[in-house]
Amino acid sequence: MAINWFKYSSPASFYPLAGRMIPWAMAVGVLTGVAGLYVGFFVAPTDYQQGESYRIMFIHVPAAWMSMFTYIVMAVWAVAGLIWNTRLSSMMATALAPTGAMFTFIALWTGALWGKPTWGTYWVWDARLTSELILLFLYIGFIALQASIDDPRRAARAGGLLALVGLVNVPIIYWSVKWWNTLHQGASISFAKAPTMAAEMLLALLLVTLAFWAYTIAVAMMRVRCEILESERQSNWIYETVEGLR
Amino acid sequence: MAEFFAMGGYGFFIWMSYGVTALFMVTEVLLLMRRRRTILQRLSRIRRAKIGVSHEAQT
Repeated sequence: MAINWFKYSSPASFYPLAGRMIPWAMAVGVLTGVAGLYVGFFVAPTDYQQGESYRIMFIHVPAAWMSMFTYIVMAVWAVAGLIWNTRLSSMMATALAPTGAMFTFIALWTGALWGKPTWGTYWVWDARLTSELILLFLYIGFIALQASIDDPRRAARAGGLLALVGLVNVPIIYWSVKWWNTLHQGASISFAKAPTMAAEMLLALLLVTLAFWAYTIAVAMMRVRCEILESERQSNWIYETVEGLR
Repeated sequence: MAEFFAMGGYGFFIWMSYGVTALFMVTEVLLLMRRRRTILQRLSRIRRAKIGVSHEAQT
């Protein structure tokens, strides 16, 4: 079956599609989240070095992954908006930023709470922690910059440039534990070698990652629908098709 | 039960992590639902105002 993808690049046809995705993404998010919590707390064994404190990993690592992955997706949408001047692409970038910022904060917050019992300190200025903090500032900068420009097209362009420039920070975060001597431990999971943890721990980690992923899709769709409604308030189609406005 | 919540002495760190994460995620969804309601209310006010204006123009 041939799908005409360009059909969905207009806000009017993407709006109902986004609406149909929300309940499915939310359902997947809740189910995998509950399963992940169950495996994480009741199936995964106690760590022989860190005791129970390692269970913070089940949100710390997925949140940190999401913070970087969401930034990449956001930058790709923003750049697509810059190149093709498509409003929906820029709206997608705008819709992802607050959720990315939230997961970045959660990664830092849970990292601090994990650092205290294992390292003896909530915070150190090491490369991994500092570059992740810069990621949070990039998200906040992107949101603030767009909010400070009234003209939506100029706001999208300025935000797109900032997102593109900030992209350089993502590989720095990822490889910081390799490039510098950090207090933060190296990657436990990589594409190059088998994971160095119990299978139950890995399962919980992957389930929560899936949950965060689905959650991010759901809230990004909710937010992009709000963005579409606000920017299309002059168009007739929203008064003809949107539930609650007809 | 109490033993479960104590988490081998790490209860504070674990529940502060999970609690804040849950709070943020639930709050984000609630804020977005409220934002949507507010927008729809404003748009339907605009629409009613428009219909009113066009009626006046006809009569």
